[in-house]
Amino acid sequence: MADTSATSMTHHGPSDGKKRDFLKLITAAGAAIGTGAIAWPLIDSMNPAKDVLALSSIDVELAPIAAGQGITVMWRGKPTFVRHRTPAEIKQAAGVALAELPDPEADKTRTKSGHDEWLILIGICTHLGCIPTGNKPTEMRGEYGGWFCPCHGSQYDTSGRIRKGPAPTNLELPPYEFVSATKIKIG
Amino acid sequence: MAGLNKSEFKNPVINWIDSRLPVFTMMQKEYGSFPTPRNFNYFWNFGALAMVILMIMIVTGVVLAMHYQPNAELAFDSVQRIRRDVNYGWLIQYVHMNGGSMFFIVTYIHVFRGLYYGSYKSPRELLWMLGVVILLIMMATAFMGYVLPWGQMSYWGATVITNLFSAIPLVGKSIVVWLWGGFSVDQATLNRFFSLHYLLPFVLVGVIFLHIAALHIVGSNNPLGIEPKGPQDTIPFHPYYTIKDSVGICVCLIVFAALVFFAPDFLGDPANYIPANPLQTPPEIVPEWYFLPYYAILRSVPNKLLGVVLMFGSILILFVLPWLDTSPVRSAKFRPIYKILFWLFLLVSVVLGVVGAHKPEGIWVIIGRVCTAYYFAHFLIILPILGKIERPLKLPESISKSVLGFLLAGILVSGALTGTARAADENALPHPPSQNWSFGGIFGTPDLTAARRGLQVYTEVCSACHGLKQLAYRDLAGLGLTEAQVKEIAAAATVPLGLNDVGEPVEGPALPSSRFRQPWPNEKAARAMYNGAVPPDLSVMIKARENGDNYVHALLTGYADPPAGMEMGDGMNYNKYFPGFQTAMPSPLMDDRVTYADGTKATVDQMSRDVVTFLAWASDPDVAARKSMGIRVILFLILMTGLTYAVKRKIWSDLH
Repeated sequence: MADTSATSMTHHGPSDGKKRDFLKLITAAGAAIGTGAIAWPLIDSMNPAKDVLALSSIDVELAPIAAGQGITVMWRGKPTFVRHRTPAEIKQAAGVALAELPDPEADKTRTKSGHDEWLILIGICTHLGCIPTGNKPTEMRGEYGGWFCPCHGSQYDTSGRIRKGPAPTNLELPPYEFVSATKIKIG
Repeated sequence: MAGLNKSEFKNPVINWIDSRLPVFTMMQKEYGSFPTPRNFNYFWNFGALAMVILMIMIVTGVVLAMHYQPNAELAFDSVQRIRRDVNYGWLIQYVHMNGGSMFFIVTYIHVFRGLYYGSYKSPRELLWMLGVVILLIMMATAFMGYVLPWGQMSYWGATVITNLFSAIPLVGKSIVVWLWGGFSVDQATLNRFFSLHYLLPFVLVGVIFLHIAALHIVGSNNPLGIEPKGPQDTIPFHPYYTIKDSVGICVCLIVFAALVFFAPDFLGDPANYIPANPLQTPPEIVPEWYFLPYYAILRSVPNKLLGVVLMFGSILILFVLPWLDTSPVRSAKFRPIYKILFWLFLLVSVVLGVVGAHKPEGIWVIIGRVCTAYYFAHFLIILPILGKIERPLKLPESISKSVLGFLLAGILVSGALTGTARAADENALPHPPSQNWSFGGIFGTPDLTAARRGLQVYTEVCSACHGLKQLAYRDLAGLGLTEAQVKEIAAAATVPLGLNDVGEPVEGPALPSSRFRQPWPNEKAARAMYNGAVPPDLSVMIKARENGDNYVHALLTGYADPPAGMEMGDGMNYNKYFPGFQTAMPSPLMDDRVTYADGTKATVDQMSRDVVTFLAWASDPDVAARKSMGIRVILFLILMTGLTYAVKRKIWSDLH
């Protein structure tokens, strides 16, 4: 950026096309490399900074969450539901025929094997972005026992799948893994 | 107005654009074939260098503005965040900080070139005056930019300079309140300075456009000061001066890189690493080096209003220089008396800069006044008279007939200007003895083993009172610790973790992403606990003190019994190196205060050295990356200087 006017001029120098002036070529190449090398730090500085990256994964303790309860944690600036499903809720989710679902997805694919009582979802309605209610048993959970979005009435089941209402797709799944039986790392 | 521009370009795309907006024709005319005197020396490079540096400043500035917070509570920390957390933030910020100085170095040389060779004389008066406008805008921009980091010098420099306007009779005080947006320099001031600091460089680009346009009407001056008589006296700008300017750019960038990578704080003031404190004036309020001469003029005059008038007057007088200098001869080459007086004027300007760096006491007052008087005498008395009485040397017939060769300019002038000493008027305070530090010198990087011992000293001794808030535990990986070790160290600390379900604040073990905790909840609580003093945060302590590493080491080892007859304040402790010799901090170290895991004997001196090494790393965690990048950059630039110079010689060889 600093050198462009000078270097581009050197490029279209007065030498005739036939003679390759090696010296001018490597000088121009050096200038181009230098200019490119300057560009990278400026571009990279716009990438997430170290403090943002440090918060890009969070650990969540599962032990305090009772069966039937869900909590909301903030992950990468988004509300994320961590729900401890009861055996009844798991049975209900597994028993739904895929043909009934607007966005067909088997419950098994939405949980980690061996940990199907834990459902971790991004708590943002896929319609227009409100936060559905239903983490606490006392909140409205809709007809399907999952979540209910108060904005336009979308209803999600106990696997976080859309069943009724304007939302087009199921609640999104964040990347996560079990670091121990009672702790997950999201992101 | 119908009709396309008749474009001469063969390439169909370029021709299409050019016939609708003749930018290519314009570039070809103004920078391609533009007839330029063939006898420029390297001093003619500096205008282009200034343009390059301005571009660098704008690019780095715009990127910094993506991360900087113009809020009095957050500004200082946001700059530290840029240095520590933003990718390459340290590089971009150091470039911007030192770029300001480079901009002034290059511009001052450019101005003095004009003074020497009479570039301000007819028909270039307007060109010169536009240049003075550029200088004024640069100064305003630099002044406001320096306020933004919101350090002690930012705040107090802003206070002193804005207060100057109160010298204006009748409306002065109202103007100051209007400038501040309040009753002191505060949030309102910072916000508007940020807005204007972002704006002015673009205004500058506009004025520079006019400056160059004016130049292209009258044509450049040259070292002989005689106008080109015909094509035999000129050469096309491209390729001769494009390549020659490229050489100059490479050399300029070497100087720039030396500053950025190996001495980034050399031209700055340590006091600006102390967060702004409206309740505490620093012992010395000094502007950045490029303002020192004007500061000296201001302080030389015992009357407030007159001091302000003369300070601004020292620049405004430049506007009328074309009319003050009565000599019909332009270049000092042919003006033997003016030549001597030019160097004297330059010397006086530099001396004024040195005066500005010292306290206005003793001999400095006299020197300052003599130099101020001479400065104005040069313009108001000497130049008007000299032009009439001087006998110039015989001018050559024309440029091409001159026997003078090309001068390869030295960096004399810039060396003289940057040589202005940063004064450390320490009076009776002894100089801290110089130690050998692992991180000292051009290639030194902190000894991480020592730094890890220093972390232990900090944790077990200092952290009881001193915070380290700019660091997060994850940063400790830079000391060579593993992720597991970092987690362990973090978990040993207790930090606020937010609110529980019923809204009560909870505390718990820190995570790597947590920042080091302040040992007291707020400043008021600190003052109550520590005899009215607030233990300063140590994150940038090594940078926040003159000769910081040696000073902190001397301080920690400098406790002693007070000399006979000295009155100690209540609860104060005598220290040989602390300003005022009395400190509220009792001696924190004694032999074996800490047990080192690696078996090193924990003497007071050893612990001091280790904690200084740790704190030096903490102040500047990227020092190793910075120096290693610096070596590569400077080697590359030296190579490019060689290459461009070789190409320059080749291209110029076809001129006899």
